[in-house]
Order: sequence, then structure tokens, then C-alpha cells
Amino acid sequence: MKTVFRTLALGLAASTVLGTAVMAQEYPTQPVTIVVPFAAGGPTDTVTRLVAAAMSEDLGQQVVVQNVGGAGGTLGAGQVAAAPNDGYTLLLHHIGMSTAPSLYASLPFDPLTDFATIGLVTEVPMTVVARKDFEPATLEDLVAYIKENGENITYANAGIGAASQLCGLLIMDALETKMTEVPYQGTGPAMTDLLGGQIDMMCDQTTNTTNQIQAGEIKAYAVTTPERIAVLPDLPTLSEGGLENFNLAIWHGLYAPAGTDPAIIERLTASLQKALADENVGNSFAELGTYPVAADQATPTALTEKLEGQIALWSEVIAAAGVAAQ
Amino acid sequence: MDLLSSLSLGFSVALDPSNILYCFLGVLLGTLVGVLPGIGPTATIAMLLPITFSLNAETALIMLAGIYYGAQYGGSTTAILINLPGESSAAVTAIDGYQMARKGRAGPALAAAALGSFFAGTVATFLLAAFAPPLARAALNFGAPEYFSLIVLGLLVSIALAHGSILKALAMIVLGLLLGMVGQDIYTGTPRFTFGLRELFGGLNFVAVAVGIFGIAEILRNLENEREREVGVKEVKNLWLTREDFRRIIAPVLRGTGIGSILGVLPGGGHILSSFASYSAEKRLSKHPEEFGKGAIEGVAGPESANNAAAQTSFIPLMTLGIPAHPVMALMIGAFILQGITPGPNVINEQPALFWGIIASMWIGNLLLVILNLPLVGLWVKMLSIPYRMLFPAIVLFACIGTFSINQNIYDIYAIAFFGIMGYLLIRFGCEPAPLLLGFVLGPLLEEHLRRAMIISRGDPMIFIERPISATLLALALAAVILAVLPSIRKKRDEVFVEED
Repeated sequence: MKTVFRTLALGLAASTVLGTAVMAQEYPTQPVTIVVPFAAGGPTDTVTRLVAAAMSEDLGQQVVVQNVGGAGGTLGAGQVAAAPNDGYTLLLHHIGMSTAPSLYASLPFDPLTDFATIGLVTEVPMTVVARKDFEPATLEDLVAYIKENGENITYANAGIGAASQLCGLLIMDALETKMTEVPYQGTGPAMTDLLGGQIDMMCDQTTNTTNQIQAGEIKAYAVTTPERIAVLPDLPTLSEGGLENFNLAIWHGLYAPAGTDPAIIERLTASLQKALADENVGNSFAELGTYPVAADQATPTALTEKLEGQIALWSEVIAAAGVAAQ
Repeated sequence: MDLLSSLSLGFSVALDPSNILYCFLGVLLGTLVGVLPGIGPTATIAMLLPITFSLNAETALIMLAGIYYGAQYGGSTTAILINLPGESSAAVTAIDGYQMARKGRAGPALAAAALGSFFAGTVATFLLAAFAPPLARAALNFGAPEYFSLIVLGLLVSIALAHGSILKALAMIVLGLLLGMVGQDIYTGTPRFTFGLRELFGGLNFVAVAVGIFGIAEILRNLENEREREVGVKEVKNLWLTREDFRRIIAPVLRGTGIGSILGVLPGGGHILSSFASYSAEKRLSKHPEEFGKGAIEGVAGPESANNAAAQTSFIPLMTLGIPAHPVMALMIGAFILQGITPGPNVINEQPALFWGIIASMWIGNLLLVILNLPLVGLWVKMLSIPYRMLFPAIVLFACIGTFSINQNIYDIYAIAFFGIMGYLLIRFGCEPAPLLLGFVLGPLLEEHLRRAMIISRGDPMIFIERPISATLLALALAAVILAVLPSIRKKRDEVFVEED
């Protein structure tokens, strides 16, 4: 009897000591939730669902996507920041993570200290597009046309802090010319008006524009990345058009709440890398006009670096554009 | 490819046994989530997206489309039986449908809704097949000024929604407009009426407001007098339409189908207007407008047809241009993309089997819905005989779960509670909630399009008159106002807006 008790006691003690380590090793023992801070059906949601399906195969547990939209993605991010750091609640957010501190006066979380980074997921290029019958024929013409006509040009965006607005800010900044910004509730309705010729220009992710460009429904002038992209190889980069060092892509990253066990983060990073290497994911991303990042980018270090650099960049651009924090 | 061979290709896809099965599953699921208050098609489709991975593209999209229009059917059921509309279109159905149910005519109301929806769905599917591309092109001529003028027309004409005092109706519309202002201004990002709560930055959730102001308020009203409560309708006269009912719904169904088909094509919110517009039209044209709001079957058949027609034709901008008309359509775009198809102008040429298959499946789906729903009418009506002490906690619970599932935002639940109490007070003050909801839905659209038009015209209001479509719509609106104030027709107007008591 005595031995039995001793064994039991030892076992209990051991299990408490080893508790966390064992937990990390067995992780995950229940479904993992990835919060998307935007509505279902949008580009970020689609990217997340593709990654979640592949990660779920690797982790041997269901990876559930939960949409917590609102307030430019800050509601969903805030919810994950406050969630238990047990590795079962994650966040997949895009470039908005780095602009939020400049756009919202009272943010309930700090992107740098309240999250543990897991890795970059994808960098979606953007395209500068215009209505079918817009005058300029080439990127060169467009630059000259913008400089000449300035505020007579209507530029559609998806509202304050949206990627489409940031792109416009950078272009206007580079050309030192203001255009008339016309905000919409998302780039979907903006695209409708562009197709109908109600507005002149827009800048949006390839996920939304590639199909319309290929069908000849809208005119495309340039991509915003430093290199040309595979789906639209004829499209020059903005740098080629004289907007030097222009580099804008809608980068997406995967985060966990701060203080998550490093072993769990490691497991998730490995799983993310595996998901991104999956052929199916790669093909689906290509359909969207984007590509998974290389394995060395799908790491905590790479994402942290990206986040820090981008927060610094956007605080300058947004302040220079005179957009007040709310 | 001509229409006939396209359609036969479509039917060969849609009649594949597994596609019929998934179409049935879709409409069944849609009916169920439509019936459960609050849980709408958006949440359901979002939850089911991962499952569709394993299906092929046609099957997956046929099922998801089935959920969407199935929910349009189901949504009217709760609106009629317990005054709990799950979305803006059902709010209109609730006005007269619930009054019919209170009079023991829930069966005919449900049957009229189902038959009207079937007819409208069939016609709209045909329109979709025959004219989708040119219709979508035409809809693109609608820019901000045109939408603004359309909504002005809609608001002015829809005053007929009220059957009480016109002054109270106006007050309710304005209150609705103000509630619609809550949230972040999209043009400047300035938060309005948010009291510093970031949960309100996105505005009030429509479902929460509708569930509170219609459903919860009705429950409170029922509870105030233990003996007179009436959700458990005691007497159910007949389940089927009488000959007289049939005669009365034919014209409203036809008109509703026409109105819904046209408005549904407009991607900028046309489908929202459809049921409101149909209701107003029926009330104006009716020989006995005084019955509206008190259980007129035309007020159920017309809007339900319009709503279902619009639900079908709202696939036109999605499938031919790749632009979503509302959140469910945005979700459908996500479903397309997950299947490796980017919806857009190319789908019809590159994926004819998919395009025509979905269209053909809609017709089959509508047929399945009628077969499914008509026998269920008796069952739904029986549900009303559940003791109220069991029914009402269940209603409140399901409504809260459903609303919460949309955004996982606890403030939506608070909103249900707040608007439940407010709705109750409004009933006691003799104010009607329908105009309030109309203002709430259309107010933000009105503001958005007005300001966008002014930005595009660089501050010149002439843009509304210079553009022909916009000018025509405004002229119609003006005509509506003149008609309403001309003394010679004053008598007729008084009949339309019968003062209470």
C-alpha cells in the first residue's frame, strides 16, 4: 500500500512539475480558433480559411475560423490580446495591425507587446487601376496626368486606414499631388463604381482586381511591389514609373496572445510553414494573385521585424497626410 | 451559345442526383436557419464554408445558394408567427403577416408567402438566365446620384408603411435615420453616437435592432397581461387559401415579382428596398388600404414575392460582374474563390456548366422549397400552441444566440435588450416600429450616396438633376409629394393614412 501511495504522490508531483511541458508536447488537444478581425468572405478571410484547412491537417485538430469584424480590425485583435495565452486562440491580421496605433487614439492593445508573433503568411500585391475609358494609356502618361489634373481626378478607397487608402496616400505623397478621395464601404462597392465608370481610379489588392483586369473591364497601370508579379507579367512596377522605392503589399501575419509557451509557438510556426508549402494552398493563393511567403519569412523573427518597421513607416505617412487618430 | 442549349446544359448539371441532394440539403438548412430567429444565412454559410472544400465547385455553390434563398423563405415564417423578422425584408412581412396570425389566419399567410415566393423565384430565375449580362451592364449606370434619388423616392413613398398617425410615422423615420448614424463616419472616420465604445464603431447591428424592436417588444407586450396574452393563438381557422384569398394575391404577387426583379439587380442596396417598395405599392393600389397593418393578405404576398425575386436577381451582379450586392453575396464570392474560381465577367464563358448549373438549380430549389414548405405550414402553425411560458424563453434564447453568432459582439445582445424595451415603449405610445426600421436601413445609404455624389461633383448639387436617371427618380418623388398634398385628393390620402381611433 505504502508504495502505491508513494508512486501516486510522486506521479502527482511529477505531473505538476512537468505539466506545462507535457501540455506543450501534447498541444493541441482541442480545436484551435483563428480569429479573423474582418467579415467572412473578404480577402483576409479567404487567406485564413485556406491556411486553416492546411494547418488543421498538420495539427490533427480542427482549426476553426472565427470572424470578429468591426472598427478596422481592432475589435478582433483586442479580443485575441485579452484571450488566454494557451495557444488555442490565434489572430490572423493584415497590414492594419501596423496602422492601428496611428489611426486609433485609444487602442486597447499594443501590437508589439500584447502579441507573440508566429510568422508572416502572405504579401498580397496591389494594383493601380482605373475605369476602362480613363485617358492615360501607360504608367508614364498616368503620372503626368495626375500631376496635371490633381484634384479633378477621383480616387476611390475603402475608407480611413484601408489598404486602398494607404496606397493612395503613398502615391499622392510620391507625386506631391492631391487627388479627390472618394471613400466607400469596402473596395467591393468601389469596384462596382469603377466598372460603371462613376469614378476614375483605385488601388486594390490583386485578389480583387486580377479577374477584372484580365477580362478587360478595367485598365491597369502598375503593381505596387518592387518586382513585377507572375499573374500580371506585363504590368510595370510603380518604381519603374519613377515612383522610386515604392513598396506596398498587404502583408498578413499570424499571432498568438503574448506569453504563449514558446514550445507551442514553435509548433505553430512549423505548422504554418508546412501549410504554406502545401501545393493546394500555393495554387489557391496563385488564383488570388498572391503567393505564400518563403519558409524563412514564416517565422516569429521575420514577422516581428516587419511589424516594427511598418509601425514606424505608417506613423510617419499617416501623420504627414493629416489623418487624425480617432 | 443560345439560351436553350445553355439551359439544357444547366439542367444536366443541376439534375445530377448528388446535386439535387445538396440542393435539397441547402434549402432545408436555409429554411431551418431562416425559421430560427437571428441565425441568418450569413452565419450559416460562413460556418459551412470549410465543409464545402471537399465538394466540387458546382455542388458546393448550389448548396450555398440554396441556403441563401431557403432562408428567405424560412425568415418569413417567424416574422408571421411570432413577429420576429430576421432581416430587413422580413420586417415588412411581419407587419401584416403577424396580424393575420393573431386573427387565426397564420396558415393562409404562410401559404401566400410560399406561393408568392415560388412564383417570384421562378420568374426571376428565368430573367437571370435570359438577361443576366445586359441587366448587369444597365445596373452599372447607377452611380451615387442615382442611388440617392432612388432612396429619396423610396422614403417618400414608403410613408404608407404606417397605418396610424402620419406625424408619428415621420417621427419614427427620423428616429430610425438617427439610429442609422451610429458608428464611424466612413468619410472622415469620426465616431458618432458611440460614447467612446469601440464596439459601436461599426454601427448598430440590424438583426439586433429588428429582433429587439419587433420580437422582444412583442413578447413584453404579451407578458404585461397574463390573461390576455395571445402568441399562443387559440383558434386556427384554416390552413389553406380561400378562393377569395387567391383572387386577392394574384396582382400583388405579379407586381411584387416585377419590383423585386428590377431592384434586386442594383448592387448598391436595391434588394433592401424591394419589399418596402412592394408594400407601399400594394397599399397605394389597394381598394381597401385601411386593412393594411391589420392583416391584409396583399401585404404579405406582395413583399414576399418582391423579396424572393430580388434574392434571385441579386445573383446577377455577382455572377456576371463579380460584385456582391450584400454580405451574403460577399460570402458567396469567398466560396467561389475557395473553389479556385474568381467570380467576374469571365465565369459565364469559362465555366458555363457552373454558371448555368447554379441557375437551373435555383429553379429546382424553389420547387423543392414549395414541396418542403407547404406541408410544413400545419406544423409551424401548431408551434403556436406551445405554452407561452415555454415558447418565449426559447424565442429570446435563440434570438440572442443567433444575433451573437454574427459578430461575436456582446454589445449586440445589449442592443437587443435596449431595443426590446424601446420597442415596448413605442407600442405603448402608439408608434409603429416599421417606419423606424426603414429609416434605420435606408438612412446610412442615403447619407453615403448623397455625400459621395457631392464629392464626385466637387460640391455641385446640380449633379442630381443633370443625370437623366437621377432626375427622373427625383421627379417621381416630387410627383408623389404633390399628389399627397393636393387638396383634391386629400380625401383619398386620408383614407390611406387613417388616423388611429
